[in-house]
This record gives sequence, C-alpha cells and structure tokens, in this order.
Amino acid sequence: MAVLNFLEAVRETLRAEMRRDKDVWVVGEDVGKKGGVFGATLGLFDEFGDQRVQDSPLTESAIVGVGIGAALYGSKPVCEIQFADFIFPAFNQIISEAAKMRYRSDGDWTVPMVIRAPFGGGVHGGLYHSQSVEQYFTSTAGLKVVVPSTPYDVKGLLAAAIRDPDPVLFFEHKGLYRAIKGEVPEGDYIIPIGKADVKRDGTDITVITYGKAVHFCLEAAEELAKEGHSALVLDLRTLLPLDREAIMTAARKTGKVLIVHEAGKTHGIGAEVAALIAEECLFDLDAPVQRLCGPDIPAMPYAGPMEKFYMLSPEKCLEAMRTLAQF
Amino acid sequence: MTANTQARHEALGLTRDQLLEMYYYMLLTRRIDERLWLLQRGGKIPFVISPQGAEAAQVGGAYAFRRNQDWFLPYYRDLGINLVAGVTPREIMLSAFARRSDPSSGGKQMPNHWGNRGANVVSGSSPVTTQLLHAVGIAQASRMRGDDVVVYTCCGEGSANQGDWHEALNWAGLHNLPVIFMVQNNQYAISVPLEKQVAGGSIAARGKGYGMPGVQVDGTDLLAVYEAFKEAHDRAMRGEGPSLIEALCLRITSHSSDDDQRRYRSAEEIEAMKAGDPLTKIKHYLAEHGLLDDAGSAEIDVRVKAEVDDATEWAESQPYADPEFALSQVYGEG
Repeated sequence: MAVLNFLEAVRETLRAEMRRDKDVWVVGEDVGKKGGVFGATLGLFDEFGDQRVQDSPLTESAIVGVGIGAALYGSKPVCEIQFADFIFPAFNQIISEAAKMRYRSDGDWTVPMVIRAPFGGGVHGGLYHSQSVEQYFTSTAGLKVVVPSTPYDVKGLLAAAIRDPDPVLFFEHKGLYRAIKGEVPEGDYIIPIGKADVKRDGTDITVITYGKAVHFCLEAAEELAKEGHSALVLDLRTLLPLDREAIMTAARKTGKVLIVHEAGKTHGIGAEVAALIAEECLFDLDAPVQRLCGPDIPAMPYAGPMEKFYMLSPEKCLEAMRTLAQF
Repeated sequence: MTANTQARHEALGLTRDQLLEMYYYMLLTRRIDERLWLLQRGGKIPFVISPQGAEAAQVGGAYAFRRNQDWFLPYYRDLGINLVAGVTPREIMLSAFARRSDPSSGGKQMPNHWGNRGANVVSGSSPVTTQLLHAVGIAQASRMRGDDVVVYTCCGEGSANQGDWHEALNWAGLHNLPVIFMVQNNQYAISVPLEKQVAGGSIAARGKGYGMPGVQVDGTDLLAVYEAFKEAHDRAMRGEGPSLIEALCLRITSHSSDDDQRRYRSAEEIEAMKAGDPLTKIKHYLAEHGLLDDAGSAEIDVRVKAEVDDATEWAESQPYADPEFALSQVYGEG
C-alpha cells in the first residue's frame, strides 16, 4: 500500500494501464516531454515513447476527434484536455460523435475512449481555468461522466474508464491534485462506474456531493458532530449514470438532504438529484431538499476576494449543514 | 482508337473489363438515386440527397482503393463510394426505407448517413467534417499496429471551411499519415456559391499549407479522377503521407429533396450542366474507343434496372424495428 497524492494516482494508473494493454495511449497538449502542465503524464514519455505519449497540436476538437477515430479502429486513447475550460471546441465531437456512435450504428461502431480534464476553481485561475463543465455533458446519454475525489477512487475509476466500452469523461478537480493524499493499493482493482460511495456514515442529515466539495463536507461533518449532529456524506463519484439506489437509500436514511457542488445551481446536478428524491422519496423527507452550489454567474472571477466569494469552503458547507440539521 | 496510340485507360493500367465495371457502378449510382427521388416524390420515403453529377468523382476515386482492406469515411453524397466499397443496392434501399435491417443504423439515422462494418465504411453523422478527424485517428491507430491501411475521407467544398477540416489536414500532415482527403467541389453549399464560401477560390491550394500535395481534377472525368487517386494511393502506400484532391463536380439536383435550386440558380445554369454530365462523358469515351456497343450498353441498363427493382421491392417489404428499438444501444456491456 502506497500513499499517493491525487495527481500521482492519475499518473500511476495511466502507467499501469499502458503497461497492461499496448492499445492504451495518451494524447494531448504538452503531455510528452513536459509531462502535462500539471504533471499527470510525467515520465510516461520516457517509458512509452512519442507515439503512445503523443503531443498534439493545439486543437481540442482534433484531440478528441482523432481519439474517436483511433477508438473506432480498436485502440484505447486517453485524451487529455489541458483545462476543462478548453473542452468546448471539442464539444461537437463529444456530443455529436462519441456519444452517438454506438446508438446510431446499432452497436457496429463504438468509441471506447477516455477524455481527462482538470476542472474546478480556487487556484487563481480566473474565468477560463476554473470552470466546472460537467453539467454541459450530464444530459447527454451515451456518455459517462466520472468525478473522483480521492486517490483510491482515482485509480479504481480511471482503470474502469479506460477498460469501459463507451466514452468516459473523467474530470479531475485540480484543487485536489497535490492537496489530497491517500492510500492506494498496489494491485489491480476496479471501481465500477455508476456507483456512489458513502464517505462518512451518519443519521441526522445526508449530504450528497462530489469532487473537491466532498472534502469540504467531510471536514464540516467533523465540526457538526461536535455540535451533536451526525452527517452522512455520499460521494456521487459518477454523475452519469447516476447511482439512483444509493441516492434514494441515503435520502431515506436521514430524511434531510443537502446537495453540494461547485458548479452553478440552475439546471445543475443538484436539480436532477433533488428531482429524483422528490419523485421517489417525498414521504420519507423531514425537510425540504436544500442545495449549496456555485452562484449563477458566467464563471469564477480572478481577484482573490471574488474567487473566495464564489468558492465553496468547509465553513459554507458547515453553515448549510447546520441549518438543515436544525430544521 | 488508332493502332499506334494508347487509350487513356490503358495508359492507366485499366482493362476494358475494369473500365466497364466502373461504368456499371456509375450507372448504378445514378439509377439508384433516380429511384430514390421517385420514391420520395411518391411519398414512400421521407428524404433524398443526391450524388448526381459526382458519379465519376466517386467511382473513379473509390476504384483506387482496396476493398475490405482500406477504410472509408465518406460524406452524405458518397453513394458511389459505398457501392464500390462493397455495400449492396439492397443495403442502400434498407437505409432509404429506414428498416430494421438497415446496416447503417437499423433505421435510426437518416439515409446517406452511411456505415457498414463489413465494408470498412465508418458510421457518419450530419455535422460536416467531423469524419475527417476520425479518418486521421484511424490512420494513426492502424499505423501504430503496423497495418497496411489507406483511409479515404470526403466532404463538399462548403465544408472545407470548417475548423475540423483544417485540424484534420494539419494533423495528417504532421504525422505523414496515409489519408486521402477528397473535396467534391460542386460549386454550391446548399444555396451559397463558391465565390461566397471559399477565400482564394481554390481548395486544392490549401494542401500546400498542410504539407501535402493538393491537386484539382475534373470530377466529371472518370479517368482523370482515377489517375489522381491512384497516384495519391501509391504515395500513401509508399509512406509518403496524405493527399488532398479537389474534384470539380456538378450538382445536377437540388441540395436535397427539401430544397429547390431554381430559387438561386438560373435556368440556363441548370441546363448547361447536361453537357458536362459525367455519365454522358464516359459513355462517349466507351463508344469512341469501341469498348461498348449499343447492345452491350442495353445489357448493362437492363442489369442495373433489375438490381434497382429488386433492391427497392425487397427493402420495402422488410419490417421496421419495434418502437422500443429506440432505447437500444445507448451503452455497451460494462
């Protein structure tokens, strides 16, 4: 058992999968000698060479489109979009092509590929290096959308994504890369895509979240416990497909639900989770479902005070959790 | 033909039988499309989009490729490419009637959104030039595996302004990949003429900027197209990388069955296309060189008509998918 940070877990999983399967290759901007702007592919170029760790031109649509072509041929590309904010030139390839290929060809043609992208704010990245873009993709059937929160989950979910028969968007909160460390078993393991995880059990309120907010909520839950309220923290881990059973079980257990995410509130993941709970669990509830989300503004501002205003924090989470617990 | 001059097809290494087969495919392409218009106008199928005026470009181009070895990422007018690649008239008609056994999609996609696993024809969509990047990825992956594959991909001249078009040519040029990019320039992007679409006026000239030869060829001249593609294919097989071929074609029909080109093209312009019809040209060549007499020509006509009749009647009799088929093939088995 090794202790790795989040970024190291990404890198070591890529390395292990590339060793395991020669059809797996990495492509993106600066992923070669430089090892990626965050270092996610550091050292892979030396081990696997310039074909399997391929620097792309500065063309996101091509990174994904060429990846789709390679996947159609039977190889397994892991495409890196340098920042999730830059994924939009590839939107057409993802939505019109990757997501619809299996469906439109009656299963004759499939796209087993992974698109990795660092997302999220709190790193002084301004409007275009801070966004949470997952909500643009989670309404598109045919895609899978995964957002891990721990190094252990990174390994199991990234391995699962690479071996998945369909296109998987794998969003890594860049604020976790070096901030979060955890034990990662050395052997091969898979965490099934589509399975949420109870990161902390509790009895009074249920907090449903994902990404970096998981850690804020866990920290807040510690504080809340000192005040005498027990919080269950459910980490969604996969946003598409949603783990409906886990959401309903967690909602019914405490009867009070708070949904927390950094992405904007309107038409967000929280809206879908809340609707599911309203449809299936209304008579198990003891309080209205609450949401703590990013504000409905175009993106995260650069200046420190405004960035802090946008970002979630343990304090903001604690306040929302306390209010719900006291309802 | 005089005894001391070699006919053009012979100079290209094509036998009489091969040339007649190419003619057969051109005629089959035209007759299938004409039948589709009748079916559409008769209310039996919802939609048609035509290759008429590009048959020489498509058949001449496709003929340079190796069936069941090379890969094809065509665009929506590429009926001739599909037929030469091995897709049957029955399969084309199944797609037109949107039947369950349509090999493209089981009736989910509109017609001309080709896809045929057995013929290495990759599934396509409606947003234009996305498939050019897929062609590049296929070439890249096949090279990684050491496979001997040349990839065909195509679009219209209006589409050559899309970002994906430029990204694909750049990537193929960077990696010297065995991809042949064809642009069938029929002068119109639905209603907008070339001079309002293409800066510089030449698609072929853009090849140079991406490190590959760009040639312009008369797309109504079967042998000229074949020659350009044969050279490009030979280059690709020698490891010399991608090529861009701009085939100047005609668009004899309106853009699609939902368009009426008389609203934006003059009657004279439409009439003038008859003189350049690629089928007329190749028939003239065949007659001129004594390769096909009237009896032989009539024989091919009968054969093609019988195939189109059979395909139409058979496909129409096939069942639709059940409505719940709409829910199938969203995800694979994990």
